[in-house]
Amino acid sequence: MYSDRVMDHFTNPRNVGEIPDANGVGEVGNARCGDIMKMWIKVENNVITDIKFKTFGCGAAIATSSMITEMAKGKTLEEAEQITNQQVAEALEGLPPVKMHCSNLAADALTAAIADYKKRAAGTSA
Amino acid sequence: MKRIYMDHAATTPVRPEVLEAMLPYFSAEFGNPSSVYSWGRSARKALEGARDQVAALLGASPNEIVFTAGGSEGANLAIKGVAWADQNRGRHIITSAIEHHAVLDTVLWLETQGFEVTILPVDEYGLVSPAQVEAALRPDTILVSIMHANNEVGTIQPISEIGAIVRRHGARFHTDAVQTAGSLDLKVDALNVDLLSISAHKFYGPKGVGALYVRKGVRLSPHIHGGGQEKRRRSGTENVAGIVGLAKAFELAQAERETEVPRLTRLRDRLIEGLQRIPNTRVNGSLDSRLPGNVNVCFEYIEGESLLLNLDLRGIAASSGSACTSGSLDPSHVLLAMGLSHEIAHGSLRLTLGRDNTEEDVDFVLQEIPGIVERLRSMSPLYQG
Repeated sequence: MYSDRVMDHFTNPRNVGEIPDANGVGEVGNARCGDIMKMWIKVENNVITDIKFKTFGCGAAIATSSMITEMAKGKTLEEAEQITNQQVAEALEGLPPVKMHCSNLAADALTAAIADYKKRAAGTSA
Repeated sequence: MKRIYMDHAATTPVRPEVLEAMLPYFSAEFGNPSSVYSWGRSARKALEGARDQVAALLGASPNEIVFTAGGSEGANLAIKGVAWADQNRGRHIITSAIEHHAVLDTVLWLETQGFEVTILPVDEYGLVSPAQVEAALRPDTILVSIMHANNEVGTIQPISEIGAIVRRHGARFHTDAVQTAGSLDLKVDALNVDLLSISAHKFYGPKGVGALYVRKGVRLSPHIHGGGQEKRRRSGTENVAGIVGLAKAFELAQAERETEVPRLTRLRDRLIEGLQRIPNTRVNGSLDSRLPGNVNVCFEYIEGESLLLNLDLRGIAASSGSACTSGSLDPSHVLLAMGLSHEIAHGSLRLTLGRDNTEEDVDFVLQEIPGIVERLRSMSPLYQG
């Protein structure tokens, strides 16, 4: 039911873990529905220099988390904010229809991490 | 890669002896049992022979057996059939929260048609209490349907005791015995049941065929109308090959119960014991009143589908009650009814053992699972290892 690319990211997920000195952290989903994604980003000069994730969820949830870390690394915040859940699914050569709404949250997790970074940055400069 | 099938509660392979018994009825003996000429007569003979076999194994009489297209049809026919036939006596139906959807959804549909429904809760082991059944019975209760053993957690219900209570109150009693036909005694008089449904593919018979026992005197309104087969209770040309296969498989399973049940029970207990060594693991269901081949555990902090995918990559077939594998947004209704939280229910794993499994299989599974669980936990934001 999953594409080869999904299975590749599921079996060899990229950038798993936490960043101890992250300056942005985002978490979406809830355990009740069976998917939680947490994303850590390290931003330097407006560029995402490092990104890591931890995910509780199904194959699609793990693969989308892994995929987006590859897509976002090295991007400016503005570029990273443009990444959509749909684009993540396309980069994985598609997801089963039932997974499109519930497990395809990686872009939301990244957006939440970027928002956290911006909030912290605003707090520091104030 | 060696493949290990541990999902026998989902389906089983057809045994060679069963297939052999079935084969003539696809070609040489292809006749319609309702025809008068020789082809018809030999199909009729096979059909009635199979009916005699099934009746004997249930301790019933042959005209109390209705062949169906499987467990879901059996449950539908039993429940809707009695509800329709007895609706002038009353419109109240009792069932339990952990029934298979073939029962639960049928009863809930009847609720939309003006019937009143009581869904009994279960305890933490998935047991229905006979006292609660008794308390729920009303003068207008026409039918009670409680499963013999649960398909997910393997809990065996006190069917005989519940049946005696239901009979005392004058209602009909159906049990879904789809999970138990291959491993427990199904003598209908000892079970105190009026209706009992089974499905061949759960005990090494073919898919698409089942049987419903209907006690003499129980009125049943048919829902497939037509040629009047099965004493007008289920029209449609009989699936002769499938029915012959069902009878053969049922006979073999019941004959081998004495040796196979202790063997499976030993393998099951070895598996449960090994899995319990993994930290933050709970066993679901009763340890005392449990199907011989059923293992159901929850590993906290991980999700079931990703566990199944990892097992599949290692050649192990199993199932889970997670939302992702149930096709809905909620995890297993059985685990939730037993009081498990959504979070924990998402991490459930069911391994169901069968004829082809060996101690080596169990040990291989026990060798693979801890590493998979550990790896998924290391990726989980819920786990503070």
